[in-house]
Amino acid sequence: MTALPKLIFELSREGKIGCGLNEADVPAEAVIDASFRRTGISDFPEVSEVEIVRHYMALARLNYSVDAGFYPLGSCTMKYNPKINEKLAAADELQAHPYAPHDLVQGNLEIMARLEEWLVALTGLAGFTLTPAAGAHGEFTGMLIIRKYLQEKGDARKVVLIPDSAHGTNPASAHFAGYEIREIPSNAQGIIGIEELRAHLKPDVAALMMTNPNTLGIFESNISAIAEALHANGSLLYMDGANLNALLGIVRPGDLGVDVMHINLHKTFATPHGGGGPGSGPVGVAAHLLPFLPVPRIKKSKDRYEVVYDDPCSIGRVKNFYGQFLVMVRALAYLLALGRENVRRVAEDAVLNANYLRKRLEGSLDLPYPASSLHEVVFSDKDLPVKTLDIAKRLLDYGIHPFTIYFPLIVHGAMMIEPTETESKETLDEFVSVMGTILREARENPELLRQAPVQTPVRRLDETLAARKPVLKWSRGESI
Amino acid sequence: MAQENLLYSKDHEWLRVEGGTVVVGVTDYAQHELGDVVYVDLPAVGKELKKGDPAANIESVKAVSDVYAPVSGKITEVNLNLNNTPELVNQEPFAGGWIFKISMTQASELQELMDAKKYEEYLKGIAGE
Repeated sequence: MTALPKLIFELSREGKIGCGLNEADVPAEAVIDASFRRTGISDFPEVSEVEIVRHYMALARLNYSVDAGFYPLGSCTMKYNPKINEKLAAADELQAHPYAPHDLVQGNLEIMARLEEWLVALTGLAGFTLTPAAGAHGEFTGMLIIRKYLQEKGDARKVVLIPDSAHGTNPASAHFAGYEIREIPSNAQGIIGIEELRAHLKPDVAALMMTNPNTLGIFESNISAIAEALHANGSLLYMDGANLNALLGIVRPGDLGVDVMHINLHKTFATPHGGGGPGSGPVGVAAHLLPFLPVPRIKKSKDRYEVVYDDPCSIGRVKNFYGQFLVMVRALAYLLALGRENVRRVAEDAVLNANYLRKRLEGSLDLPYPASSLHEVVFSDKDLPVKTLDIAKRLLDYGIHPFTIYFPLIVHGAMMIEPTETESKETLDEFVSVMGTILREARENPELLRQAPVQTPVRRLDETLAARKPVLKWSRGESI
Repeated sequence: MAQENLLYSKDHEWLRVEGGTVVVGVTDYAQHELGDVVYVDLPAVGKELKKGDPAANIESVKAVSDVYAPVSGKITEVNLNLNNTPELVNQEPFAGGWIFKISMTQASELQELMDAKKYEEYLKGIAGE
């Protein structure tokens, strides 16, 4: 077991110096009024340089990432991202000031324009904005576009329908855009039934927000009929495209009647994610919504890329400057490396890997929705002698990042597993073997699982106490 | 387990009718499914709700869930004790863990709710799924 490193404050010994600073050329007394001058910093850690280095190295070694091991966090698409994309994003030639004259950054603008062309080709939609900074920001932007479109038509509506198998951010995004949320229960097959939809489809419905494939990893096979019913009602179809990895190069949402969708460059297109960003959530729209896309828009005129700021119908800006440019660089590099022909293999292998795990595990875990799985599979804790949480914690002891747990809410004790396309059969077999061991332990020695993890620097945390009485600041004399 | 003399909704709220006012909380089954409750977002007193509208919000270590108004009416009182001791929802779901009181506008809506016996059958149906 690795011990938890001491805090840098605990390593501190008075008088140690990590980095000596020269005397200032200009004495502070001469330029800063005495009332603003600090004479010392209380509790400032005093350590030597080597102690600082070792301290942060020790912390870094505790990190777990997809570069370190299998990371099957469902609904998150924690795929391995090729390092060449990082290298390109770091290239000196691409670093530009956001106020640089457009003549000097034609290459950067071309990268954005070509990425938009790729996204249009992959989704069958008419155009994309690249500016939203994350998936939920994309959802919010998409909802604002729908709102503006309906308002311009003189038909402002107030309700957005969201199925119970959608991503959890959807209701929040629609609510922030000013809509009232109505939840639609999914049917026994785990998808939206057309009859269920009709029952909710009143004249005040602005849109349906559908996650496809949904959080059960199931393709919403009624999507075309749903789009038709919505359009006949004057409502729009929003698709949460965060799970695009399952459809890439195979299905174009625009062909199925989707009016607006966001995608996550940081999930599907090779920017590592988790840890708070940066992300990128481009929003694509069908032709009738093009005028409402946010500014700026990149447009090509003859051989030059122009930046348009004054589209009269646009919802305006949703982010300063152009969005997360270097995430776009990685996405374009990734797509160019794959090529048009190979991009569908991403989806094929992602689906194959999820179904391989499903087949190997369905004998020992309950599968509440037996419809075909796409990129992820969701098991329940039915008939298990321990809780889902215990299994997830035990996985840590075996050096594997747990899958997503207790989501979606419609599955009891959900275990949501998304292996992604980048994992080998050997890795998947290893995971199945560890799961087999854990399930045997659950039967023979359930107490072991309830105590898990036992091999990690921090044992099971009291999440309830942490939420009810959070300690947000360390102070001297307190032990961790 | 369900308690006698209370009414129950399919969303696992319980109701105690006190004249024209109804005390609402969540059932023992619901608190068990939610797990440890860490925060309860209470409605504003005076808020008018239609049956089925989200009234309060319970945050547990597992998830955030809505508590719906089981009848239409106006919120007359909320359980302020839950601000500091949300665990009452887990410890005493049918007593100290009550969430809000609502003055009914349509007493006939009570007829759509279940009594303790029916609710227990309903729970058995869920378990058998």
